[in-house]
Amino acid sequence: MHIVVCIKQVPDSREIRIDPVTNTLIRQGVPAIVNYYDLHGLEEALRLKDELGARVTVLTMGPPSADKALQQCVSMGADEGVLISDRAFAGADTLATSYVIALGIQKAEDEWGPVDLVFCGKQTIDGDTGQVGPGVACRLDLDQLTYVEKVESVDPETGAIVVHRHLEDGVERIKAKMPVLITAMSELNRPRRASLPGVLRGVRYKPIVWTTNDFEDLDRSKIGLRGSPTVVGKTWVPETKQAETVWLEGESTEAIAEELVKRLTETELPTKLGWELEV
Amino acid sequence: MAEEKPKKRKPMIGLQPEGDVDWSQYSGILVFVEQRDGVAKSVSWQLLGESRRMADKLGAPLMALVMGDNVGDIAKEAVAYGADKVYVCDNPELKDYRTRPYSRVCLHVIREYKPEIVLMGATYTGRDLAGAIATHLPTGLTADSTMLDVDEERLLHASRPAFSEKMMATILCKQFKPQMATVRSGTFEALPYDENRQGDIIQVENVLKPEHLTTELLEFIRATDNVNLEDAQVIVAGGRGIGGAAGFETLKELAQEMGGIVAATRAATDAGWIDHAYQIGQTGQTVRPKLYIAAGISGAVQHVVGMQNSEYIVAINKDPEAPIFKIANYGIVGDWMDVVPALVAAWKKHSQKATANPV
Repeated sequence: MHIVVCIKQVPDSREIRIDPVTNTLIRQGVPAIVNYYDLHGLEEALRLKDELGARVTVLTMGPPSADKALQQCVSMGADEGVLISDRAFAGADTLATSYVIALGIQKAEDEWGPVDLVFCGKQTIDGDTGQVGPGVACRLDLDQLTYVEKVESVDPETGAIVVHRHLEDGVERIKAKMPVLITAMSELNRPRRASLPGVLRGVRYKPIVWTTNDFEDLDRSKIGLRGSPTVVGKTWVPETKQAETVWLEGESTEAIAEELVKRLTETELPTKLGWELEV
Repeated sequence: MAEEKPKKRKPMIGLQPEGDVDWSQYSGILVFVEQRDGVAKSVSWQLLGESRRMADKLGAPLMALVMGDNVGDIAKEAVAYGADKVYVCDNPELKDYRTRPYSRVCLHVIREYKPEIVLMGATYTGRDLAGAIATHLPTGLTADSTMLDVDEERLLHASRPAFSEKMMATILCKQFKPQMATVRSGTFEALPYDENRQGDIIQVENVLKPEHLTTELLEFIRATDNVNLEDAQVIVAGGRGIGGAAGFETLKELAQEMGGIVAATRAATDAGWIDHAYQIGQTGQTVRPKLYIAAGISGAVQHVVGMQNSEYIVAINKDPEAPIFKIANYGIVGDWMDVVPALVAAWKKHSQKATANPV
């Protein structure tokens, strides 16, 4: 089996602050991490490698500094890490990104054989769109199995795969035939820590770099800023709604509770909600 | 390098729009109506509500797309909730959502009826479908919008939170039609159901072929705890300050007295005190109940974005500086452990009913 895992190096959005004076994002000093849903995709690929035997190729599009993210994946057990990097790819929205990742998967097939499974995270923590996974699947005409919380079975002989998809009101068990693309939820597994030999392999590993020159059929009008149909208009820091707070105070907690019940009955809430209260 | 020439590939999908690119022919707003077992999701009606306003501003029709098995009643509901035209594709193969057959029908409807805007709920299903369709067309897609508007150039302004809700950004798609967005559930209000509204219901021809049926739904396991926060009118929510699972039992008592349900912040669900299905906020559900009682909740922005549109907010917190008080209509500085049981007692005292009777 050949499994491709798509990852993205992202700023740890939990660490991002807003400059109170300029109302812009402070990116300095924010650590770059592997988008954590992608690590769940990688872990599942490595689990299948351990159980069934597979080649695991990790693919990312990003600046040269994203090689660190690939080294981390190799230290965990990936066979190769490919960095698709070129200034011409910069500024891509999800449509342009899915094009380049799809090209990368095709090239990975040329290099290391047909791909059976593609893993993506369910979304990135910086973009939060969840659109690149479905986009890549669509471009390559693969069945997409999104929001997967469990891979129940994989049969390399027949190509049958059964997964559990997470939905708002329950879980779907779906059967499909590989090749398929899966987007990973964090419930899927617990990503492993790199072993000591793994860490050593990771730090010494030099990721493969593909630029625009490495893709023969590349349509330059479909990449980067130019290939991105969506543009960002204005941005602003949202103001949280403010309310005139009525502070309820009293001699005792009981008195405060009485006061609140009284106040609520004076509103239109009892009519709207069918409360039958007598105060 | 390679010993043998790689076999000829299928052409990549989504590089050029298929067919008509005379964008001036594209008019109106199309809303995807999501359903399960013949019941539509509330977000679909919320979207029709907000889209009605925009369609009127554009002077263009509001369309709905209903797919499923035996979904004629949903089509009628779509009219009652504001649609001028409802396209219905009734087919046993569409009973349950699957990406490929649903996107086939949806692409057919978009190419045939040419809406200038296509909207879906940002649910698991809506995001799955929208991502596939936008790539196929191809066109621009904005995820998880919380504000929508159209301008005089008929451009859709889809605004969405970014960087853990710390910023808002407006996204535009000037190059292609239709302009697409998914919309966060609970953000907009549905129009009142009006069965006297008039609209056309149009059957869509069957475009499905056996080769579109590549995946098989073996089973749907419904969550035993099917929590419907979205439609709750009264919510009693607890945060980090609740301190454990037992505390939520106390909150539940108050919720039941008032005909509502209990909910939580991410801190509380992450701590395992209550299931994630009860989570309100950025990574949980967005709600707009009539009454929201926040107990032991400090009011971090990631939580506030999910509940700030509640009609009345009551905040109970020991810390008078807690940000939750900024958006509260009624503030009580105190320990929820004292206040909530006192509220239950006061409520029981004044209630005309012998027992709780949830609405």
